[in-house]
Amino acid sequence: MDERFYRSLYRIRRVEEEIARVYPTDKIKSPVHLAIGQEAVSVGVCAALAPHDVVSGTYRSHALYLAKGGDLRRMLAELYAKATGCARGKGGSMHLVDPSAGVLGTSAVVGTTIPVAVGYAYAAKVRGRSTVTASVFGDGAVEEGVFHESLNFAALRKIPVLFVCENNFYAIHAPQRTRQSTLDLVGRVRGYGIVAERVETGDVREIHARTAATVAAIRGGGGPRFLECLTYRWKEHVGPRDDFEAGYRSRSEAEPWFERDEVARVAARLPGRVRAVIEGEVEAEIREAFEFAEASPEPEPAELYTDVFHER
Amino acid sequence: MDRQLTYAEAIHEATEGEMARDASVVVFGLGVDDFRGIYGTTAGLQEKFGGDRVFDTPLSEDAMTGVAIGAALGGLRPIHVHIRMDFLLLAMNQLVNMAAKMRYMFGGAASVPLVVRAIIGRSWGQGAQHSQGLHAMFMHVPGLKVVAPTTPYDAKGCLVSAIRDDDPVIFVEHRLVHALRGPVPSDEYTVPFGRARVLAPGGDVTLVGISHMVVECLRAARHLEGAGISAEVIDPVTLSPLDTEGIVESVRKTGRLLVVDTAWLSCGASAEIVTRVVERLQGERQVRVGRLGFEPVTCPPSPALERLFYPDHARIASTAYRLVHERGPAWSPPPGESPEIDAFRGPF
Repeated sequence: MDERFYRSLYRIRRVEEEIARVYPTDKIKSPVHLAIGQEAVSVGVCAALAPHDVVSGTYRSHALYLAKGGDLRRMLAELYAKATGCARGKGGSMHLVDPSAGVLGTSAVVGTTIPVAVGYAYAAKVRGRSTVTASVFGDGAVEEGVFHESLNFAALRKIPVLFVCENNFYAIHAPQRTRQSTLDLVGRVRGYGIVAERVETGDVREIHARTAATVAAIRGGGGPRFLECLTYRWKEHVGPRDDFEAGYRSRSEAEPWFERDEVARVAARLPGRVRAVIEGEVEAEIREAFEFAEASPEPEPAELYTDVFHER
Repeated sequence: MDRQLTYAEAIHEATEGEMARDASVVVFGLGVDDFRGIYGTTAGLQEKFGGDRVFDTPLSEDAMTGVAIGAALGGLRPIHVHIRMDFLLLAMNQLVNMAAKMRYMFGGAASVPLVVRAIIGRSWGQGAQHSQGLHAMFMHVPGLKVVAPTTPYDAKGCLVSAIRDDDPVIFVEHRLVHALRGPVPSDEYTVPFGRARVLAPGGDVTLVGISHMVVECLRAARHLEGAGISAEVIDPVTLSPLDTEGIVESVRKTGRLLVVDTAWLSCGASAEIVTRVVERLQGERQVRVGRLGFEPVTCPPSPALERLFYPDHARIASTAYRLVHERGPAWSPPPGESPEIDAFRGPF
């Protein structure tokens, strides 16, 4: 399993580092919300899902999209706003989608995808499919009213949905403690009659194991389940830089998370030879994907008017 | 003899027929399975199709709209019913940011075949928050279709079209047309979007009514006939897409246009219709235009004030008369009745 985890963790980390490196050239003309530091949640959760299962994410979903098997070339082309992008250059970094990999489209408005994931899961249930839908969101989303409405409905009708809160402790620059009356999120969720657990370590193996057990319970007809995964965002809310000098959080707060970096921890468990092969393959893939994005054409002018009902 | 149904019966027939034909059609919303069944439009559907396909919801318009969108992405064709259009304001984020935009922002990789039934109330003290016609808010947004049929025939055909449409459709129903009767074939049929209907031909002035105001425009046309004025009454049937050419064709003939909306005028459907007609005909034809709708205030419950708040057939007739006779004395028709308004007793 470690080899599989490492390939996915390393790949996501390196893709986002390359995005950050390229970003100042302004070739990526789109806001980017990097998940560097948070990869283990996406990788652990997606490794516990079947290929036909579905994930729903947010504007910070490069990691989720890639971990679920979304096409890397088409993701990068989308960031470059090219015609070959996963949304044909009409979505951008915040609106990634790959139906063939089970990635429902992501949204820039906090909390909006949560009920949509519940609705998708309801459809799967009505149609007799065994699909589990995972709705992944941040700690800011749990303050939206629609989050609570969605939990209630999912519990009421035993919808096969997995709620995953990636708690990185910040909504933009505001810490959780200044936004929420109690930090006991799982306690609040349990109030809806939903089994809820908190994974505090950020360890990809633990996230995977806990998700696998949870998904099995959902697939067995147990209704919705909730996982809160503690994690930490290394970069600024939006953009490629560090922001520890901005004053809203300190580098010393981040140090423990740097030290338990899952990319490095899983790497250390692998033989050097195995690592080298994985890293070589991933680097080649990333290089080729960036070249593909850069060389791809921009959308034709006629594309302005396609894929939407409009008049005139 | 023509088979006659009420508008509410036509809605029920369209829903039941589509649910029987297509297992992906589902219906949910506050009260769809209770003993009133949304004025009878959803009565008995749960018994026939089961609780997975027809169900009451928590009072969560925002999330349930998201659920409807997600269900549409997941292969269903949901009909989300709102007994008051006013409640759609709780769902604007999902409708405008998600339903309207998904097909575009995912480059065609998603589509949202969703019908949102929105019922406009009126009379018997409905007041500020049970009476709003908010269709123009949705007409403003690319990606949303907005239909507002007036006759039972169009209600059935438009609802079938809306259910089969791959885009989200806001289906606007006025409470006061629910009881109106008209011919409805028992066979299944669709009414295409974007085609207006001429309900009464005429040559002197074009009256465009929206939803229930079509009924009042037809009454006004009969008054005007007594005053020697031949009014052409047009029901746009669908507002987005809007049959601009159909209305332009009539105004090209009459040179006079009065649009009567069951909503406010500012930035409304009436403003859009007048603008489009004037844009097309400028330089070609002199056109006189007028608009009637809600008074620019909040809807009051008092009958004494409510009478002033809404346009009625007498005011439509006298306004149209003034468009035709620019000079000379004003004219008002003799008093008449609007039975569906007088007969209505709430609360539902």
